[in-house]
Amino acid sequence: MSTQSTRLAARFMVAPSVIVLFIWMIVPLAMTAYFSFRLYRLLSPDRSGWVGFNNYVWFFNSPDFWLALTNTLLLVGGVLIITVILGVLIALLLDQPVKGQGVLRILVIAPFFVMPPVAASIWENLFMHPQNGLFAAIARGFGAQPILFLESYPMPSVIAIVAWEWLPFATLILLTAMQSLSSEQLEAAEMDGASALSRFRYIILPHLTRAITVVILIQTIFLLGIFGEIYTTTQGGPGSASTTLPYMIFKQAIVAKDIGRAAAGGIIAVILANIVAYFLMRSIGKHLDA
Amino acid sequence: MARAASPRRRLLTTLAAWFVALLIFFPVLWMILTSFKTEASAVASPPELLGASWTLENYVEVWSRSDYPRFFWNSVVISVGSTLLGLAIAIPSAWAMAFVPGKRTKDLLMWMLSTKMMPAVAVMIPIYLLFQQLGLFDTKIGLILALMLMNLPIIIWMLYTYFKEIPGEILEAARMDGAGMWSEIAYVLTPMALPGIASTMLLNIILAWNEAFWTIVLTTTKAAPLSAFIASFSAPQGLFYAKLSAASAMAIMPILILGWFSQKQLVRGLTFGAVK
Repeated sequence: MSTQSTRLAARFMVAPSVIVLFIWMIVPLAMTAYFSFRLYRLLSPDRSGWVGFNNYVWFFNSPDFWLALTNTLLLVGGVLIITVILGVLIALLLDQPVKGQGVLRILVIAPFFVMPPVAASIWENLFMHPQNGLFAAIARGFGAQPILFLESYPMPSVIAIVAWEWLPFATLILLTAMQSLSSEQLEAAEMDGASALSRFRYIILPHLTRAITVVILIQTIFLLGIFGEIYTTTQGGPGSASTTLPYMIFKQAIVAKDIGRAAAGGIIAVILANIVAYFLMRSIGKHLDA
Repeated sequence: MARAASPRRRLLTTLAAWFVALLIFFPVLWMILTSFKTEASAVASPPELLGASWTLENYVEVWSRSDYPRFFWNSVVISVGSTLLGLAIAIPSAWAMAFVPGKRTKDLLMWMLSTKMMPAVAVMIPIYLLFQQLGLFDTKIGLILALMLMNLPIIIWMLYTYFKEIPGEILEAARMDGAGMWSEIAYVLTPMALPGIASTMLLNIILAWNEAFWTIVLTTTKAAPLSAFIASFSAPQGLFYAKLSAASAMAIMPILILGWFSQKQLVRGLTFGAVK
């Protein structure tokens, strides 16, 4: 149905978004790749030149890098496990005929709309603070020592905060998927004497596979870039205990002002994201028909 | 999925569901409660609830005695501005891809999606340096551009999945009746596409309002929106808990309200149409 002229018009309509996205992603990426092989420090601009793979070598030799890499994977993996398992359970519960469905959904979805710095600051100050936090007050109520959450257990604390933010997203998607399951199928299984557990295992869970796949895929994209929560709470500390790869690169660029090293980190992050994306797409791509 | 259940079981599941929902919501609720307490009451141990001294003072003080209105205004301008600009660029593109698909359309869409998978830190340095050289650093225009570009793939994908659902036969019928391309767009497509465009707009205002990477990297004080302001707000030994809570409550309230209206579209938008 498309003539030559509509085709041409269509090209002109698509062009602007392709061009701006290209300028936004590909050009800076090429610049980052270029910087990553240069000596480039904002604090000593007179010294510059090619340094080969030195910036990369610095990264791989830095113990902080391996810690940051581990922390990044811990954060992504930990949040995924918590949100998918709890998300399935809560979706199962909300899918039951309960009173006040509408209000319940509103309460459950709320954390997702809280901007990361506010979410982090609520947990840091009102809950995890060793003197004034609610957890400390509860601990004192039981005569126990308050736990120094962000000092003693920085990564688990950050994972808990991020999981709280993303749990609504997982729950909402799984609930939406669950509601498209026909009740006749479940009723028939119930009539045939299938237990609640086997109904879950053989009917509900297979039906949810696609939704779980989508949750994992999309959350991974966002979780690999988690930044605001760490910036607000621990600033990557104590020491480097809660530094993730994005945060480490941010520190190299903005604090240490070493553009060359930060750029090398950026390229490593791209490669890491591609590896993760490749495995994700391969292992779960079969559930998705794009 | 409404199944017959015994009243007893129904009561139990209702109680359990309410308990879980309130548990998840509790941190937000606690923050809102704290925002209405006096500073002394906010950090009292054991925590005060019924006996707390309630006040509106924190809201008044945050709003009148700091630069808070400016941060708030920056958030409004940046999130609405970047969304409108994004829509202006994305609507023609998504329209063309949905109604005049070529051989490469699918690849193009996948490429756009793949730019979302690129970690922002990888392009942060050139963007940071370019913004400083072009005078865009710490300006609202700069942030509008950055956030528009960050969300453009999502806007295009959402619009594309909505436009795809408009049946092509309607266009053919309009064409038979002698409608030209522009009247086709104005009288046939636009009314059918409006709900999709509205929910795309809503979701992107939410994403832009809550963005906390580019806003922190690309601003200092002048153009900083609420997300950057709260991220650098530190409460020295709990002296400002109630005010911090009031500032936070005002920062999330517009989005909580918008979000509650758009939760259905949210699923679809954030899953790129994969879950409806």
